[in-house]
Amino acid sequence: MIEIKGIEKAFSGKEVLKGITSSFEKGQTNLIIGGSGTGKSVLLKCMIGLVKPDSGHVLYNGRDFYNSDKDTQQSIRREMGVLFQGGALFDSKTVEENVRFPLDMLTDQSESEKRDRVAFCLQRVGLDAAAKKMPSEISGGMKKRVGIARAIVMNPMYLFCDEPNSGLDPLTSVKIDELIKEITEEYGITTIIITHDMNSVLEIGDNIIFLYQGHKLWEGKSGDITQTNVAELKEFLFSNKLLREMGR
Amino acid sequence: MSVIGKYFIFLGSLFGKGEKLSVYWRRFIEECVGIGVSSIFIVAIVSTFIGAVSCIQTAYNLVSPIIPVSTVALIVRDMQLLELAPTITCIVLAGKVGSNIASELGTMRITEQIDALEVMGINSSSYLVLPKVLAAMFTFPMLVIFAAFLGIFGGYLAGTLTGVITEKDYLAGIRDSFVPYNIFFMCVKPFVFGFLIATISSYQGYFTSGGALEVGKASTGAVTNSCISILIADYLLAQLLL
Repeated sequence: MIEIKGIEKAFSGKEVLKGITSSFEKGQTNLIIGGSGTGKSVLLKCMIGLVKPDSGHVLYNGRDFYNSDKDTQQSIRREMGVLFQGGALFDSKTVEENVRFPLDMLTDQSESEKRDRVAFCLQRVGLDAAAKKMPSEISGGMKKRVGIARAIVMNPMYLFCDEPNSGLDPLTSVKIDELIKEITEEYGITTIIITHDMNSVLEIGDNIIFLYQGHKLWEGKSGDITQTNVAELKEFLFSNKLLREMGR
Repeated sequence: MSVIGKYFIFLGSLFGKGEKLSVYWRRFIEECVGIGVSSIFIVAIVSTFIGAVSCIQTAYNLVSPIIPVSTVALIVRDMQLLELAPTITCIVLAGKVGSNIASELGTMRITEQIDALEVMGINSSSYLVLPKVLAAMFTFPMLVIFAAFLGIFGGYLAGTLTGVITEKDYLAGIRDSFVPYNIFFMCVKPFVFGFLIATISSYQGYFTSGGALEVGKASTGAVTNSCISILIADYLLAQLLL
C-alpha cells in the first residue's frame, strides 16, 4: 500500500502541488488523471523519489520514504518498477540487455537465473522474438512493452507508469492497458498510472484521482466517474465528442 | 560562482555510493574504447600534418647561414613535446570527445534514461561519468605520446620530401639538447586536460534540461568551456612545472 499525505511542491515560487493526500491499495490499478500542467508528473516524481516534495510524506507500507535513511530508501527503490513516458530504454543496449540491466546491477543472481528471468519477462510482454534488437529498431508500442518488462524484472511491489499510452495508436494503447492490468492483478502489485487516456479511465482504473491546478478535486471508482458533479472533471471527461454523447 | 559550486558538488557525487567494482571495470574498458581508441584516427591525421607544417614553416623562417639546418628538427621536436602534441591534441579531443560526452549524457537526461537509473537506486553520476573521467585520464596521455611521435615523423616526412632538411640533419636535430623532463611535462598535461574535458563535458550534459536544442547547446558549451579550461590549465602548468 502507498500513502501520500499533504504533498506540496513549488518551482520558482509557483505552486504545482497543493497538499495532495491519498492512498493506493495493493493489487489495484490507480489512475491519476488531469489536464496538462496540473502536476500529475510532478506528483509521480515525488512518489518515486526523483523530486523531493517541499512538504508532506510518501509512505510505502508505512515506511516514510523521505524521512528514511539511505539504506531504507534504497530498499524501497528496489521494490519499485517504473515505466517512463518514452520507455527510457538505454540506447546502447539491446532489448534483452535493457531488461537484464537491473538484475546485473542490483542482484547477485547467477547467469542462468538472470537469463531465465529475462526470458520470462520478455515472454510475458510478448517480445521474446525481439530480444536481440536495439531500441532504435523497435516500434513505440514495443518500447513501452520492453519498459514494462524492465519494470517487472525485479518482481516489484509497486509499479508506476507515466502516460503509458502516449504516442500509441488506440489498438496498441488498449493492449498496453490490458497488459498493465493483468500484471497488476497477477502479481498483486500496487500500480499507479498517470494518464490522459479516457479508455484507460473507463476500462482499467480501479481507483481514480483527478488533479486540477495542483489540487485533488475528485477521487473515486471508475464506475462513478461519469456520474460526477465536479464541473472541472466533467469538462475534462467529456471534452471528447464521443464520450459527451455517452455521458448523455 | 553557483555554477562552479554545482560543478564541485557534481564532482563529489562521482565518488558517492558506487556499484560493484566489476561494473566499473566493464564501463571503464567500454569508455577507453569509446574515448581513446576511436580518437586514434583524428589524432593521427592532425598531429602528422601539424608536424609537417611546423617543419616547413620553421625552415622558412630560419634562413640565417649561422644557424645549422638541424635546428629545424630541434624546434619541431620541442614544439611537439611542449605544446603542439599535448595542447592541440587535447583541444581536438575537446571537440570530439567533449561534444560526444555532453550530447550522450544530455540525450540520456532528456529521454529519462538518467531518471531510470536513479529510480533503480543507482548512483547515475558515478555509474555514467566516473568511468569516462578515468578513461580520459588514462587514454589521453597515450594519445598525446602517439601524437608527438607522429608529429615529429610528419616533420621528418615533410622536411625530407620537400628537401628543406636532409634525413641526417633531421635525425641529428631531434637528438640535440634533448631534455627528458619535457616528456614528463608532456604527459602531465593530457592527464590534467583529460580530467577537465571529461568532467566539464559530463557536467554540461548531465544537467541538460529541455529538448534537442538544449542538447546542442550543452554540446557547444562543453567544447567551449573545455577549450577555455585547457588554455588556462596549460598556462598554469607551464608556470608551475617549467
